[in-house]
Amino acid sequence: MSKLNELTIEEAAKQLRARELTVRELWDACEAAARAKNPELNAYLEIFDADEVAITAAQERIDAGDASLLCGIPLAIKDNILIEGKLASAASVMLKNYTATYDATVITKLKEAGALFVGRTNMDEFAMGSSTEHSAFGPTKNPHDTSRVPGGSSGGSAAAVAGNLAIAALGSDTGGSIRQPAALTGLVGLKPTYGAVSRSGLIALGSSLDQIGPLAKSVADAHLLYTAIKGSDARDATSIPDSLYPAKEVRKVMRIGVPRHLLTEGVDKDVNAAFTALLEKLSDAGHTIVDVELPTSAHALAAYYVIMPAEVSTNLARLDGIRYGHAMQGATLLDDYIDSRTEGFGKETRRRVLLGTFVLSSGYIDAYYKKADAARSVLRAEYDTAFESVDVIAFPTTPSPAFTFGEKSDPLSMYLGDIFTITANLTGMPAISIPMGTVEREGKQLPVGIHFTAPHQAEEILFAIGASVEKVR
Amino acid sequence: MATREEVTKLAALARVRVKETELDTFTSEFDSILAYIGQLEKLDLPQGRRGEKPALRNVMREDGEPHAAGAYTKKLVAQFRAREGDALSVKQIISHE
Repeated sequence: MSKLNELTIEEAAKQLRARELTVRELWDACEAAARAKNPELNAYLEIFDADEVAITAAQERIDAGDASLLCGIPLAIKDNILIEGKLASAASVMLKNYTATYDATVITKLKEAGALFVGRTNMDEFAMGSSTEHSAFGPTKNPHDTSRVPGGSSGGSAAAVAGNLAIAALGSDTGGSIRQPAALTGLVGLKPTYGAVSRSGLIALGSSLDQIGPLAKSVADAHLLYTAIKGSDARDATSIPDSLYPAKEVRKVMRIGVPRHLLTEGVDKDVNAAFTALLEKLSDAGHTIVDVELPTSAHALAAYYVIMPAEVSTNLARLDGIRYGHAMQGATLLDDYIDSRTEGFGKETRRRVLLGTFVLSSGYIDAYYKKADAARSVLRAEYDTAFESVDVIAFPTTPSPAFTFGEKSDPLSMYLGDIFTITANLTGMPAISIPMGTVEREGKQLPVGIHFTAPHQAEEILFAIGASVEKVR
Repeated sequence: MATREEVTKLAALARVRVKETELDTFTSEFDSILAYIGQLEKLDLPQGRRGEKPALRNVMREDGEPHAAGAYTKKLVAQFRAREGDALSVKQIISHE
């Protein structure tokens, strides 16, 4: 039998209901593992003390036969999601003293479901990065090989779950920040349809791209967490009602579209081999593999690195050290702003704020921002067309397994690793990463993931194909 | 080609400072990023797609008080770096001289 902190949500919920386990025992196992392993992994920025009231309440609900499977389950929460009364720093010096004044909608929902929170997890500052190396509080390490990054920006959440320092976690995904760390740490990570989950209480990065989603040990767990946090919300006008988009049938036999033209270069040989082998197994299981063309995908990353910084520079303009956050005192009010922002923001944050300021400036907005926005529309139309003949589109989540610290010190090389995941953020479509095996680097087996995109609000198709992958893998 | 002066100007517009020691690396990194996103200038989009607007929809709600007045005041005021009562203190920006 696995240790308590190694259980999935499903397993823990079952044992809690069978009286084989108490909420207290489950919490203690997770908290103890977190306190023991965090000094090495740096997955958590803060581990919370046991919330006795919440633990007792969860046990009482389970004893009374409550149906919520998340009741009494210890979860890790990314540090850009507000929990009232707790610090929420987004791993930035700018917000290291910021205490959340309200609960994010996802936190309200999880509290209602009876979930417990182990702590707030490390991340790239304001979620800008793909390695967690841009945290102001030191990098997080990959539990599979501590000389390597866990991915990012939700690297702390990924390391917490993969290292069994929590049962599951929430992250946020702007360009792959849930799916990429999930792939690099051997987890399931879901970026829901844009608007499916409320962003109220999520510290904004790119408001037209951001979504909160689960990182979990199994597809079923990701499904459970997603069901608990989804739903339209009066506090987020971009959240959507359940049937905004036409319903899609969840077929037993799926037509899996593969854009092979995107995989001819830049993908590690053994990652491609693992991908092809898994597709063959899915084909053997009865699914159909179809070639699809998504020509504008080749320009998606360029469009993303215009749109995202533009939204970053706008969103981060509110952080000036006046009402909250890191406050420096200069000679004039302007100095107060500049000094607070210069000291409060790390290098990558300042780089993207500058880039955003540039692409939005007069004279460049047509050449960059408007062109990128048009490319985004075309990309979405190409995906819509492809989904007329396929149920899902598949590719590897990342071109390579987890890289070593400092390996991608040049910002552009870091950005290029997002090439597969960013399209789902640009189109607003839901996407999932599921473990597809391991590849060897320097004698270590490192996990890699397969990535599926589905039409808007067709998350159920992703869970179905995910279950098939888990079966044939 | 981005220049040191341009990066300094952008920083001033964005209310941040790029330190003298960082200026050269910032400028050269900026150049390589701009060269990459510059591929968009050459991207030929299908006819009629250039000015296409993203799918938009209106979201309406009834007018009304979102919460009782003062419900969050205490918590918000606690974050101020300087205050007088519940008011935020800032530097004087208009001189009387």
